[in-house]
Amino acid sequence: MIRFILLQNRQGKTRLAKYYVPLEDSEKHKVEYEVHRLVVNRDPKFTNFVEFRTHKVIYRRYAGLFFSLCVDITDNELVYLESIHLFVEILDHFFSNVCELDLVFNFHKVYLILDEFILAGELQETSKKAIIERMGELEKLE
Amino acid sequence: MGSHGGFYQSKEFLDLVKSIGECRSKAEEDRIVLNEIETLKRRISEPDIPKRKMKEYIIRLVYVEMLGHDASFGYIHAVKMTHDDNLLVKRTGYLAVTLFLNEDHDLIILIVNTIQKDLKSDNYLVVCAALNAVCRLINEETIPAVLPQVVELLGHSKEAVRKKAVMALHRFYQRSPSSVSHLVSNFRKKLCDNDPGVMGATLCPLFDLITIDVNSYKDLVSSFVSILKQVTERRLPKTYDYHQMPAPFIQVKLLKILALLGSGDKHASESMYTVVGDLFRKCDSSSNIGNAVLYECICCVSCIYPNPKLLEAATDVISRFLKSDSHNLKYMGIDALGRLIKTNPEIAEQHQLAVIDCLEDSDDTLKRKTFELLYKMTKSSNVEVIVDRMIDYMISINDNHFKTEIASRCVELAEQFAPSNQWFIQTMNKVFEHAGDRVNIKVAHNLMRLIAEGFGEDDDTADSQLRSSAVESYLHILSEPKLPSVFLQVICWVLGEYGTADGKFSASYITGKLCDIAEAYSNDETMKAYAVTALMKVYAFEMVAGRRVDMLPECQSLIEELLVSHSTDLQQRAYELQAVIGLDAHAVECIMPSDASCEDIEVDKGLSFLNTYVQESLAKGAQPYIPESERSGMLNVSSSQNQYHHEASTHGLRFEAYELPKPVVQSRIPPTALASSSELVPVPEPLYSRESQQVASVTSVSDAGSSELKLRLDGVQKKWGRPTYPSPITTTTSNTTTQNTTNGVTQVDNLKTRDTYDSRKTPVEVCSEKQKLAASLFGGTSKTEKRPSSGGHRISKTAYASKSSDDISSVKAALVQPPPVQPPPDLLDLGESTATSSAPPVVDPFKQLEGLLDSAQDNSAVNYGATAAAKGPDIMSLYAETAAGMETSGIAYSTPTNRDDLLSGLSNPSTRSVPGGTTVTQPVQFSKGPNPKDSLEKDAMVRQMGVNPSSQNPNLFKDLLG
Repeated sequence: MIRFILLQNRQGKTRLAKYYVPLEDSEKHKVEYEVHRLVVNRDPKFTNFVEFRTHKVIYRRYAGLFFSLCVDITDNELVYLESIHLFVEILDHFFSNVCELDLVFNFHKVYLILDEFILAGELQETSKKAIIERMGELEKLE
Repeated sequence: MGSHGGFYQSKEFLDLVKSIGECRSKAEEDRIVLNEIETLKRRISEPDIPKRKMKEYIIRLVYVEMLGHDASFGYIHAVKMTHDDNLLVKRTGYLAVTLFLNEDHDLIILIVNTIQKDLKSDNYLVVCAALNAVCRLINEETIPAVLPQVVELLGHSKEAVRKKAVMALHRFYQRSPSSVSHLVSNFRKKLCDNDPGVMGATLCPLFDLITIDVNSYKDLVSSFVSILKQVTERRLPKTYDYHQMPAPFIQVKLLKILALLGSGDKHASESMYTVVGDLFRKCDSSSNIGNAVLYECICCVSCIYPNPKLLEAATDVISRFLKSDSHNLKYMGIDALGRLIKTNPEIAEQHQLAVIDCLEDSDDTLKRKTFELLYKMTKSSNVEVIVDRMIDYMISINDNHFKTEIASRCVELAEQFAPSNQWFIQTMNKVFEHAGDRVNIKVAHNLMRLIAEGFGEDDDTADSQLRSSAVESYLHILSEPKLPSVFLQVICWVLGEYGTADGKFSASYITGKLCDIAEAYSNDETMKAYAVTALMKVYAFEMVAGRRVDMLPECQSLIEELLVSHSTDLQQRAYELQAVIGLDAHAVECIMPSDASCEDIEVDKGLSFLNTYVQESLAKGAQPYIPESERSGMLNVSSSQNQYHHEASTHGLRFEAYELPKPVVQSRIPPTALASSSELVPVPEPLYSRESQQVASVTSVSDAGSSELKLRLDGVQKKWGRPTYPSPITTTTSNTTTQNTTNGVTQVDNLKTRDTYDSRKTPVEVCSEKQKLAASLFGGTSKTEKRPSSGGHRISKTAYASKSSDDISSVKAALVQPPPVQPPPDLLDLGESTATSSAPPVVDPFKQLEGLLDSAQDNSAVNYGATAAAKGPDIMSLYAETAAGMETSGIAYSTPTNRDDLLSGLSNPSTRSVPGGTTVTQPVQFSKGPNPKDSLEKDAMVRQMGVNPSSQNPNLFKDLLG
């Protein structure tokens, strides 16, 4: 199960944070700080997995942004690594060549997309098309 | 950027985001945010705010909260917003509350009603929004309020709703299994849903259910197998494909479920063999996702009833993983190896060099995974090398959490496989020395127990050798400047018990050392307590042995100091020591029997040895004892008496009375019924009052308790139910009987902690120079069990390497093999840093979806490139980056596709510095993907907004994927 998902830039600024387990605010800040510190200086050759307390963080860097997923120790790392990529592909499609700035200004939409992709800590839909269509329906209302 | 990412928010909001983006310091950011909070506080409570404005305020609140500030003043407005009729506004409200609130927040109760209403809405988008909120916000108490509607929605006509309803129900199940236990059959039904998304979502709850109760779901084996078969045969809609794999995420979930169902079930497993075998053949091992599925296949194969063919396939995949250049794959390979090793211990030997490479890799994650593997494959033939390696690693890291883990694994392995006692003690010394403060105190107790008891063999010589070597090594280690206190406690205890046992060291030498410890750690009371007790033992043994006790001057002064210590515990110990020294040898032998720490002590709970005494007293007219139960109404008369029979802690108020100075307490004792019969019986009385004093006023005293106290721990309480009973005997009344009891208690407890230890399991470790390492790790097939230990592992390593010719040849063979460096182009890590890692150049699904043509793209992109060039230096240099990135991917692949460029953008820092001028001529067109016009607009817009990439974050405009 996914515990939380974080999008952070290299400076550690949170671009998106979604928690699927209840955490105190202070704890969230600590987590965000620690995860950033863990991933930001890792050699790109290294594995995309880092132990984090009793869980593990699967992260992936896109341009200046780090996408980090915290999952259970028994979860399949590669699958979550690829689900990050799938999420980025969806974002890319939705924003037409997504860049960090899109996410900065439209973070609320990123949350909505994420809600179509992951629910209650599990991948709920893995069809890009289904998610894009759902978002399209919402966009039409704007 | 079309309708999607439009900047339709107000200028104000954009300015906020922009100014935050350009902040140079955290302080500046905080100032801006606090300012924003003030603004929002003021605005949000104004009357009649237009909905659109309100929606923006709420989004700004989310932003403020995301930056780590408190926006709780606005939560109620977000809650109100969920009541709105307008879907967009409502959705924003739901989004905000799911981000703001936890399931136990007070405001949830205000939302439940809205959720109930929305779940019944005709508009499925409203229902979806409500279901999202249900998944996040409904807690155990509110489940019943929405449960009927959620169940009803499982049959909704829209698949999006059914899917979310399944997830919501799964969430309920996780929160409170009992509340939905009657509904789990719904999950089975939903497995047959004709929408693959719903089916895929249903696998999540089913996995949980099957984990808990495998047997109830055996009937589904054939269904899962057939679903997996259909998936692999590409019978699902194309839209579920990901990087040319048919619905890989669903495949992985199915494999996980099959692994559970097939575990230990030959019949079920047999039905899976074909489909898993097919998967091994079909998976695309050049993509990350293909390898993810392959890895899951291996996990499945290692769980289900073994099948030789599948195991072979799994082994092949593992060797491919291990030979890969990608750290991710190596990691997966090591992990998979650890799984297969249970069924097939030899397979690790084929990969010894690869394993050692991983062990020596600078990537900590990989290293730790490898340590885990070694832990799993430790046996008595390689334990020395492995533990040695582990300790080296333990010393080198700073991460306390992992240090603790490694230390405990070392201890486990050493306890389970130790080839000799000396080795064990040396190993434990190292662990304690470097991670003593991180080791569970029980490990220390266990070590003391082991030294006291020996290795369970009835060989007294071996036991005393063990003790002598322990004493010797400890005396040696004491010269180290700073030792963890847990370790010092062990040292003190051992020196006290066995320091003089073999006659090698004189009592004065040992006591001198003990005094040094007490002096060096003079602000650690526990330490001093251990030292004093050890001193007492040494002196007692001397007296029993009939030797004269000459107290060293430093001991004298130490004891004098302790006699007036602020710590009552230390004081008491010092007085006890003095008292013991004053006794005759025979009495001392009874109090402090030599090497008796393991003897069981019989505790006469009924105090039957007092019977005659009581009878005599009664005969002389003393009042009989009235049981506590019959005395309940007499509190006022004999409070002190009652107190004696209650646990001090249950009568908080009474503590104060006993905080009076001791003499007062004692003077009260005689009047009590029990006490009337003088000396022996009253003993506990002062004891108890002392206890209560301690508890009430000086909690630290009990913490810092004597070594005896520490050792005693829980066992005592279990035995007598009164935690305070066996506490140190009062100074004034330390007679033989009580003293013995104390000793006994200690021992009993020792035994207890030991027992818990024995049940532990073992870990494994790594080695040094590769070949030797490999040989000592994998080669020695457990023939050489016990070697003469003292020299330790270094010698043994060489011994291993040159020992059996088999070993050598296997190592050589491994060396001759091509180094595991160039695997077939394993383009696994798409994401990481290079263009080469991108997916194979196939048709991009996005393009298909959008109907974009490559040629059109080319043209427009060229135009676009020109435009960009004309736009000015700013943008040009920006594009130069992407262009350069593009160039590299263009080289790697003859047909750069959209995805290529997404991926190469992942960052090739070296390409960033390419001067803009030259790159404009590069195939810029590809870098901007399917809709260059949009991108251009986006950039123009951004410029207009005045948002420029600051030096802080030059990546702001960079396409994430390209």
